[in-house]
Amino acid sequence: MMQKSVNQTKITLLSRSVNEGYARVAVAAFAAQFDPTVEELGDIKTAVSEAVTNCIVHAYGNTIGPIYITVDLFEDKRVRIKIRDKGCGIENVAKAMEPLYTTGGAERSGLGFSVMQSFTDSLRVRSTPGKGTTVTMEKVIKTR
Amino acid sequence: MPLQIQSDGQTVTAYLAGEIDHHEAVSMRQAIDAQLMGGDVKLLVMDFTDVTFMDSSGIGLVMGRYRQIRYNEGELHIVNPSPHIYKVMRIAGLERLAVIHKTTPARRELP
Repeated sequence: MMQKSVNQTKITLLSRSVNEGYARVAVAAFAAQFDPTVEELGDIKTAVSEAVTNCIVHAYGNTIGPIYITVDLFEDKRVRIKIRDKGCGIENVAKAMEPLYTTGGAERSGLGFSVMQSFTDSLRVRSTPGKGTTVTMEKVIKTR
Repeated sequence: MPLQIQSDGQTVTAYLAGEIDHHEAVSMRQAIDAQLMGGDVKLLVMDFTDVTFMDSSGIGLVMGRYRQIRYNEGELHIVNPSPHIYKVMRIAGLERLAVIHKTTPARRELP
């Protein structure tokens, strides 16, 4: 059954690398109403940073395009973060998600998806080559 | 730039600060690599005491510098990563490549 979110924010930003910091802080600030621990906030910031960096480095490459972020909060203290781009898309999502695999050159670790996976409770990647990619992550904030 | 570097020709210490993401990593990389040119540097110390955030771009930064210092047959030491940064580092297994000091080591503890 689809649960309805109790709160939502939508953020649109351009794929400029200077926006990486803004994106992760904005999402973390919105999730803060669930009273997460410092560690949980760090996890959210890191996962968002990875997804947004992928849009900038891979999806749009040398071009500038829009990144759409939707954050939903659910009653069971679940945070769902959807990050969508209209960039080049990924031919082989399974391959792209393999640890250490990168098309980004020697300075990219190839661990972006691994970090998203370990810092959230679920990660889903949908991509259509030529059309874009949507990354959906969920993180449950533990009740203290 | 949020980075200070000390060098005596053999040991380079980079005091990183602020947030390390893809946007910030570029200038940090260039500043550190400028000190590693020439091949005489045998020890690179990356001090994370004042780093407040790091994503996998930081892993790329560390792994790239590790390759450089290994090419010089030297060692990489990482100083004082926060619990969050250590968590990111462990995903990459950086503790197998570098000596990680969880507190600021006394001068004599470094080789």
